[in-house]
Order: sequence, then structure tokens, then C-alpha cells
Amino acid sequence: MGSIRADGIQSGRLAHADYEANFSDIHAPLSKHEAFVESERCYFCHDAPCQTACPTSIDIPLFIREISTGNDIGAAKTILNANIMGGMCARVCPTETLCEEACVREHAEGKPVKIGLLQRHATDALMASGKQPFKRAPSTGKKIAVIGGGPAGLACAHKLAELGNAVTVFESKDKLGGLNEYGIAAYKSTHDFAQREVDFILSLGGIEVKTKHALGCNLDIASLRKEFDAVFVGVGLSGVNKLGLEGEANLEGVVDAVKYIAELRQAKDLSALPVGRNVVVIGGGMTAIDAAVQSKKLGAENVTVVYRRGQSEMKASAYEQEIAQTNGVTIKTFAQPAALVSENGKVSAVRFDETTISAGRLTPTGGHYTLPADMVLTAIGQLFVPDGLGGADALALEAGRIKVDAERRTSVKGIWAGGDCIAGGQDLTVAAVEDGKQAGLSIHHALNR
Amino acid sequence: MADLRSNFLGIKSPNPFWLASAPPTDRETNVVRAFKAGWGGVVWKTLGDGDPIVNVSGPRYGAIHSSDRRLIGLNNVELITDRPLELNLQEIKKVKREWSDRAVVVSLMVPCEEKNWADILKRVEETECDGVELNFGCPHGMSERGMGAAVGQVPEYIEMVTRWCKKHTRMPVIVKLTPNITDIRFPARAANNGGADAVSLINTITSIMTVDLDQMSPWPVIDGQGTHGGYCGPAVKPIALNMVSQIGRDPETRNLPISAIGGVTTWKDAADYIAMGAGNVQVCTAAMTYGFKIVEEMISGLSNFMDEKGYQTIDDFRGLALPKFAEWQHLNLNYVVKASIDQDLCISCGRCHQVCEDTSHQAITNMVDGKRKFEVKDEECVGCNLCAIVCPIQDCITMVHQTKGTDPRTGFAYDRPYANWTTHPNNPGAHSAK
Repeated sequence: MGSIRADGIQSGRLAHADYEANFSDIHAPLSKHEAFVESERCYFCHDAPCQTACPTSIDIPLFIREISTGNDIGAAKTILNANIMGGMCARVCPTETLCEEACVREHAEGKPVKIGLLQRHATDALMASGKQPFKRAPSTGKKIAVIGGGPAGLACAHKLAELGNAVTVFESKDKLGGLNEYGIAAYKSTHDFAQREVDFILSLGGIEVKTKHALGCNLDIASLRKEFDAVFVGVGLSGVNKLGLEGEANLEGVVDAVKYIAELRQAKDLSALPVGRNVVVIGGGMTAIDAAVQSKKLGAENVTVVYRRGQSEMKASAYEQEIAQTNGVTIKTFAQPAALVSENGKVSAVRFDETTISAGRLTPTGGHYTLPADMVLTAIGQLFVPDGLGGADALALEAGRIKVDAERRTSVKGIWAGGDCIAGGQDLTVAAVEDGKQAGLSIHHALNR
Repeated sequence: MADLRSNFLGIKSPNPFWLASAPPTDRETNVVRAFKAGWGGVVWKTLGDGDPIVNVSGPRYGAIHSSDRRLIGLNNVELITDRPLELNLQEIKKVKREWSDRAVVVSLMVPCEEKNWADILKRVEETECDGVELNFGCPHGMSERGMGAAVGQVPEYIEMVTRWCKKHTRMPVIVKLTPNITDIRFPARAANNGGADAVSLINTITSIMTVDLDQMSPWPVIDGQGTHGGYCGPAVKPIALNMVSQIGRDPETRNLPISAIGGVTTWKDAADYIAMGAGNVQVCTAAMTYGFKIVEEMISGLSNFMDEKGYQTIDDFRGLALPKFAEWQHLNLNYVVKASIDQDLCISCGRCHQVCEDTSHQAITNMVDGKRKFEVKDEECVGCNLCAIVCPIQDCITMVHQTKGTDPRTGFAYDRPYANWTTHPNNPGAHSAK
């Protein structure tokens, strides 16, 4: 790709065709023949380790067997019964640390069955068929409010609607989908898949949607509790951690990576999206990797991820790190940001202190280096902001997030919670879907004894 | 959602998938596990009379694998149940009582004396099971004692024993046939004449799996020796499917219900048998390869197939393929297909050229304009399908029906009307018929 080598943050660094190629599907779907061949590799294990490793416990051996017998639709039903967002999870799950890591063929030969791609094959077939595999149970007459239209909220809404309850989903943004719509790297969810999946979920019926409704603004939990039989909170994490460096708030070029990714996902024309020439990403999780790879794909010349600990401690899997590296991103470890350097109100470099682990603790070594940067993306973790959940009925928190029991019941009767906003949340789509599903089942049983 | 419920001879089961009389149905523990997994019914492993038989202490099974260890065929030298009759009867009664919605049929094999059959039938009836299956098929061990296949290979014996059984029980009688005969229609007719309510087929095929060339003994080797056993699994299905269709088409037995057995591994295998006229299917090797959970795929797949095609019940498509079976002389000789290679899918392995060149009609190129390229020569292609079969890429080579123009191989127009061998000028029989 021939990018425009100019300093500063600017748009249109690439030719139009390059944007299209860079943001196409990162893993092409399997062809029918490839899916057959791959499905035949599954051993149909007893008490399958892959299924145990899946947060939503999808019956993986069964759905792969169904693919192998030409029954893609049946396979999709098997998947969606356990995980209504099986289509998105097939695209974004870190399968290399979940099902595929557990696959006995990974242990045997280092080549697991491509479970994620097979799951995509089946769910794509169902979406293409336009079939509705679920049927709503007769009406229970119960009404449930779901706050937050992300993976947890939608999974909860779908389960409840399927069981015959009436659900209203309140979403603060313009579109449903949560991080599937605003947070996932663009090349993992192409062709507007997030919205197509949302449409599929809503097509079951029984789910009313109210967008631009946010807790603490035009929505309060006390009135919802009066109006509805139960409330589910799946509001995600709306805050981000700060570097705590001077100039972070006002220097041009210092950008919150979560916001930048959201902007990119919503951009109609990627060539209009500005990106720096020298981009420094601070952090070691999926957000850092996604922001780094996407900056590179937008035409940034030098993209460096800097993480304060070692590669094995990074939250992004080794596989994701490799994707970044093969896309030309440099990963530097054991350094933490010490100062933002600026010129005329714009960031121009970041100074780092080198670190090491000494007696189990992160310690500065005394060494320093400076990386030129016209754009700094911060991705050092997101925070739960309990807006609108306060008052007399304040939900108990644990480690800064909502405390729930195994059924995702909060400390307040009639309120359930799930997804990234609960304590112990794994910050994974698949974990959020499981929360929503379990909460939906729990709410249904509580209301329909 | 398709309705998979099955009613075979008045025996009701939630789906048409029964476990065949075999090791998986030898005892209560296994049968209850099967019912929990979703199987529609079982045929309890064959009961005998007198002292229980004794099995070898292994190995009992041999197999043929593909190179990736997928099981293609299985062979066994296990005999009928080696547990006391009384114990089996108690367990059958208990299981049927606790699982009343599932089919429980009991397989039987006793010496060829009317009294032996009358006695055991009376005892089996007391279990309140749904029916009996007469094991005239076991090809090893029992046949040497004048039972199993030794009966199934003599139509007169089949008819005689079936008649006794119908005389001594009110239960439905299914006669299980051995494939180790020349023409399956004769034993089927005998069963029909004896009053059988149904036949089930096939039992296992007499076989020797392989030879251990180090020990110079048939394999599996039992203390330096080996014996023939009963062959089953995916490899035997085409043989069984033909036999099922033969009975379904025979004017004497076309109304005789059939429980199809032989290599049912997926929903598709079951659908094949049902389309060829079977009322239900029995399964063994697939369960012995993958465990009882495999029935979930069969149920899901059959249900999805029926939904796609709009069949509400099993009977809606049962036997639909049977009238499409034609004897060779009735096949349309004017129907012409030519192979067609999708050049975008072709990976240039050249297998199609190799086999056509060596073993067929030299109808595929290996070079076009000096470059490696595989194209069909219509003037040579007889439409045999070999290239499509050996092609490693799905749908790369297809056989295309020709309707317009002239066949460059024969010089005849493609759109000639249906005509078969019975009227062909080269058929001496056709001339004499004039």
C-alpha cells in the first residue's frame, strides 16, 4: 500500500481500494467443501473439552457433526440454542484461548479443529436462509426492562421473549449491539454483521426497543422497577482509565482508543478518518491491539504498542499479538509512559520509563526512551460508571463493578445484571451473552413460578 | 417442525431410530443410557434358552479404518447374550415399564424345535415388551449349532419357525434376515408365507477382516488363531439398501413392513432407507463408534430434511424413491450427460485425466495450447461419472444433461425421446418380439 508519508494527523492516507482491502474479512469464511473437510476432523469427543471451555457451553461436537452431514441449519440451531450471538462470537471469540485451545487435536498435533470458522459457516447459512428457528412460548403477561442493548442485554431479552415474556430494551446510543456495533475491530465484523444479528434477534418478536434512553439522563431505575416486573442491567463500562500525565486532557492527538474505534466503526467513509503518521498505543489488551492494527490499516506509517509488563502478561492473546505484528505493528514491552511531549498544543512524542519485574513487582529500571508520536491512543482499561444506579436502592458493588450471584441477581430484589458491568466480568462478548442468558432464565423462573 | 414419531406394526416410538439387537442392547444399564440419550427404541440383544453361551475373552472386534482412523467397517465374533435368561427377562420387564413411550422388542434364537420357541415366547410375553425379532442371521458361532444364519439360509426353515412363532404368540413377529444368501427375496418370501409381521435386514455379512502377516493368522488373532465374523458399519450400507429395495419391489413381499439395518451412521442413511420403503431403521455400529449421543444428529438432521422438503411425518416420504428404481433394460438410452470441469475450481491435480486416459475413454485433456489444463472432450466423453467421482474438489466436475444440438461422439441429436434396451435394434430379443 502506498501511503501518504506526512507528519501529523490526517485523513486519506491511502487509495480507496486499499481501505477496502485492509478492512475486509480478516478470516475469510470457509467454502462448503472446506467446511466438510474441517468438520470431518472433529472426533465427537466424550464430555468434550471444547464445550466445557465455551462460556456458553455450545454443544460443539454436535453442531460440527451436523455440518458434516450437510445439516447446516440444524447446526446453527444447536449453536443459537446455547448462544444467540453465535454468529458474532464465531467472529470475535478468542477461540485460541477457549474452545480451540481445549480441542484434543490441539494437544495431539497443534492443529485444533477450526471451531470458530465452522460456527460461522453454520450461522451464516441460517442467516442467509432467513429462517426463524425460535418460536415464542405463549404469553406469560410479564414485563421486563432491559437496560443496555449490548450482548448481555440482547441475550437476556431474547431468552425472555422466547419464554413468552414482554421485553423493553433501553439503549443510550442510536443503535443496538453495544461493543459488537461500537467496539469490535471493523475487519472482524464486516458487512454490517452486528446490525444484521441485532435484526435477527429482534425478529423473534416480543422485544420493544427504545434507543437514546440512558440511565441518569432520561431513565431512572426506580420508575422502571415500578413499571416492570423485573429489571436487567447490562450497561457495560462507560468510563476509561487515565494515564495521569500532564496534557492528557487537552493536547491534540491524545485520543481514547475506545472512542477512536467507535468512530471508525461508525465511519461511512474510512478515507475521511484521520490518523497519525507515528502512532503510539498504550496498553496491552484487545482494545490496544485493535486500535493499533486499525491505525496501521488506515495508513499510519509507524504504529507501536507499548505495554508496561511482558508479552505473556498482555491480555491480548498471543494469537492477537501475532496478528498485530504481521500487520506491521511493533510491540514494545516493559515500559510505562512518563510524559507527553508537545509542540504548539499538539502531542509530538511520548517519553517512557523502562521497567522490569523485581521480586514480583513492576519496578523502573532507571532507563528511558522517547518515541515520536503525532497520535497517542490510550487503552489502559475501562471503568464501570454507576450512573443512575444510586439512591436508596444502590446496588452493591464488588471491585468497582456490580455484585451478582450465580444467577446474576444483584443485591436488590427484582434487579439482575450481566455483561462487562458485573464483578468477575471477562470483558468478552461470549461471557456477556452467557450472563444475559442465565439472567433471562433466572428472571423467567422468578416471575413464573 | 416435522413429526418424527414412528408407528411400526403398531409399535410406537418417538422417533424411527432403534438400536439393533447387538452389544449395545445387552443389559438394562446400556438400554437406559440409550433411552436417556434419545433413542426411540431397542431390540434387546438376542436371548437363547438353556445354559448361557460363553463368549471369547477377546478380542471380539476387528475394524477397517480410513487413513485418518475413521471407522469404515466393523466385524465381530460376539455371540448372543451370555447372561442368564431370567436376568434378561427381569430387566426387559423393568425397562419397558419405566420407559413405556419407547419401543422394546426382544430378539430370540433357540434351537429349531417348536417347543423351544413356544416356551421362550411365553416367557418373553410376560415382560410386556412390544414384539419379538427372530434372529435368523448371526453368521458365526450359533450357525454351526444349527441356529442363526443356518436357519436364515434355508427358506423352508424360516417359514416353519415363523409359523410356530405366530401360532404361539400374540406379539408382532419380526424376522431378521441374513445377507449371506444368493437372493434375499427367497428368505423374505418365506418369512411372509410363515405369517411374519415384518422383516428386518440385514444381519452381518460373513467376513475376514485382514491377515496378521507376522503371526500368519486371520485378524483379530485369538491365541494364534482367527475366525470369520459378522461385518457391519458404513461399508455394508449399499448392500443392505439394495436388499431392502428388492423386498420392497417384489410383488410377493411389497406390503411386508421392513425395519432397515446396515450402516446407518447419519440422518441421511436413515432417510435413504425410508425413501426406499423402510418403516424404521436400526443402528448399532454408529453407536458403538460414537456413543449414544450420535442419535441427536440423526434426529436433528432428519427433522431438518423433512422441514426443508415439507414432509410432516415419516410416512409422507416413505417409499417415494422405490418406484424410481428401474431394471437396467428400462433405463433411457437416449439420455446423454457430459462431464463439465469448472476451471475456476480446478486445482490441476490431473486425476480425472489420469483415470479417464488409463481406464475409460480418453475424454479429458492434460494440455491445452502447451499449458497444463484439463478439459472434457465431448466427442469422447460417454458421461460415465468416473472423473467426477475421483475429483478431490466438491462440485468441480459435474455431469451436465445435454438437451440441445448433436452428440459429437455418436452423431445423434441430444433431444431424442425416451427409448430403452427392450426396443433397441441391437437387442436380439427386441427383434424377435416383432
